[in-house]
Amino acid sequence: MKRRDFLASSAGVALAAATLPAWAESHGMVKAGFIYVGPVGDLGWSFQHDQGRQQVEADLGDAVETVFVESVPEGADAERVLTQMALDGSNIIFTTSFGYMDATNAFAAKFPDVKFEHATGYKRDQANVATYNARFYEGRAVIGTIAGRMTKTNTVGYIASFPIPEVLMGINAAYIHAKKVNPAVQFKIVWAFTWFDPEKEADAANALIEQGCDVIMQHTDSTAPVTIAEEKGIFSFGQASDMGKFGPNTCLTSIVDNWGPYYSRRVKAVMDGTWAQSDTWDGMAEGGVVIAPINAVVPADVKAEAEALMASIADKSYHPFTGPLNKQDGSEFLAAGAVIDDGTLAGMGFYVEGIEGDIPS
Amino acid sequence: MDLSAISPTLLLAALIVASTPILLAALGELIVERSGVLNLGVEGMMITGAVAGFIAAIESGSPYLGFLAAALAGAAISMLFGLLTQYLLSNQVATGLALTLFGLGLSALLGQSYTGVKSMTAPKIEIPLLSDIPILGQILFRHDAMVYVSLIMVVAVWYFLARSRAGMILRAVGENHEAAHALGYPVVAIRLAAIAFGGAMAGLGGAYLSLVRIPQWTEGMTAGSGWIALAIVVFASWKPSRVLIGAYLFGGVKVLQLNLQAAGVSIPVEYLSMSPYLITILVLVVISARRGGAQSDAPASLGQSFHASH
Repeated sequence: MKRRDFLASSAGVALAAATLPAWAESHGMVKAGFIYVGPVGDLGWSFQHDQGRQQVEADLGDAVETVFVESVPEGADAERVLTQMALDGSNIIFTTSFGYMDATNAFAAKFPDVKFEHATGYKRDQANVATYNARFYEGRAVIGTIAGRMTKTNTVGYIASFPIPEVLMGINAAYIHAKKVNPAVQFKIVWAFTWFDPEKEADAANALIEQGCDVIMQHTDSTAPVTIAEEKGIFSFGQASDMGKFGPNTCLTSIVDNWGPYYSRRVKAVMDGTWAQSDTWDGMAEGGVVIAPINAVVPADVKAEAEALMASIADKSYHPFTGPLNKQDGSEFLAAGAVIDDGTLAGMGFYVEGIEGDIPS
Repeated sequence: MDLSAISPTLLLAALIVASTPILLAALGELIVERSGVLNLGVEGMMITGAVAGFIAAIESGSPYLGFLAAALAGAAISMLFGLLTQYLLSNQVATGLALTLFGLGLSALLGQSYTGVKSMTAPKIEIPLLSDIPILGQILFRHDAMVYVSLIMVVAVWYFLARSRAGMILRAVGENHEAAHALGYPVVAIRLAAIAFGGAMAGLGGAYLSLVRIPQWTEGMTAGSGWIALAIVVFASWKPSRVLIGAYLFGGVKVLQLNLQAAGVSIPVEYLSMSPYLITILVLVVISARRGGAQSDAPASLGQSFHASH
């Protein structure tokens, strides 16, 4: 290609980039792009984001067109995909992994007419970048309650991924609520140091089961622990997506990330011209976190108890982190009746009182 | 800390199961390297075997047909490597790496409609009488067929290399392909056969993951096992018995560290996580160092292309 041709075509592309979104908006048609970190078939994190994308199509019909790219590594490849999507005329782009944070913000500066939505991040350097997350810990409170009631050995196994606030608040929420219904309950926590490694997750599940855990929880993304638990006749809970079909007899329920309502709302806002920068942390109240149908093996009274807890969280009459609560070392964390604020919650870096072991640094 | 929560019997039984995929793949690679070929595509062949075995088991309803299909698929994809390196004389290191990338991509494509499908598990075979021996029976004789196959293969590979004429010829090819060629042995044909065997064994190892360890198909599920198998062959200085030690040690420490974590042992998790790699390397290096070092055991023609020019 001669340099002159290259310049001409680049100019054309730039022109198209500048004018296409405006044209689409003026015609009431919106194009929404989605970038996933894993394969759509991971049946966990990325799968759920794609479910959200499909709901946008269902909700908004012909007025919206969606595109997605799966298995996009965090880093340089993300920038390439973002460029492609913006040049193809996407009006709003959802980047659905923490590691896309810098690429998203850098690109937002270059494409001021395109809206960017970054999942689980905190940087909003440009006016056209919004962030969003979900209150997964609310679901952990519910499964903690069920686990506390269902365990016979009073030992619950927990497969954790990385020692970050999101995982720690999950462990704490589950433990607090298991303890509330069963004061004798103990948690055994194994750190897998991975989000996705089926073999290691299976090994971790096996180790916990062999040491007397009769309920397994996971904060890793593969379906391996649920599969192993089903094989051994041990109760489990699915993560991110409804994993019930991997444990028809033993998977008690799953915490489902439900991104659809948020995605529809935001795409609609672009359509109406009302989109504005925001930082959203949806929970059960907004429908962002959903508990999958509870398995029939759970007794009716336990199910009712879990559902009552869900209802109280959903109508915001109860917060899973309500005092009195102490930290692991016995110092006071929340006074009686006090409710945690979002800032403290988002930076949580400790176990609550009663959990044994150290958090890896 | 509650060490009594760890049951040694269950731990040892779990060790054997955790080690089998690596053991199978490493035995295959051992034969390949003893014939003088370095195939770095073990990971790619394993994952191809994992997906092929899973698909075949689901479609046929038999886990054993699944294992057969996995071995065939592993051998088939290894022939791509064989063709490129033995006839077209491409660089073995680069070709092996390419094979890994190709295998990962191909398996993701083939497995697309099988994600989330539940498979049947290979049944456990309790060997009569022996499985009733207290403790030992539970550790050794209550596994699925592939565990016994892998142990038989250790002995078979040892016998083949150390005692059989065919094995000596294979070793001669690996030590000095010019001399073997001058004696009239078909160097390329022998190496192709070794590569196919390596592919089949890696395929079996992969299928053990998708049919026994975690009975399901997930993209990228081998998660680096093939690289561990490769490393174990080198650190075991190309000896089947040491491959067995290395594989069981690695699998054992991997399972043990998770058990120690669950028992609440006060060793920092970071050290526990790296322990399988450290301990396996350390032990195998110490074993090898006792007799003049590992380097002297490497097949002399390892990784070199052979072209019969006369």
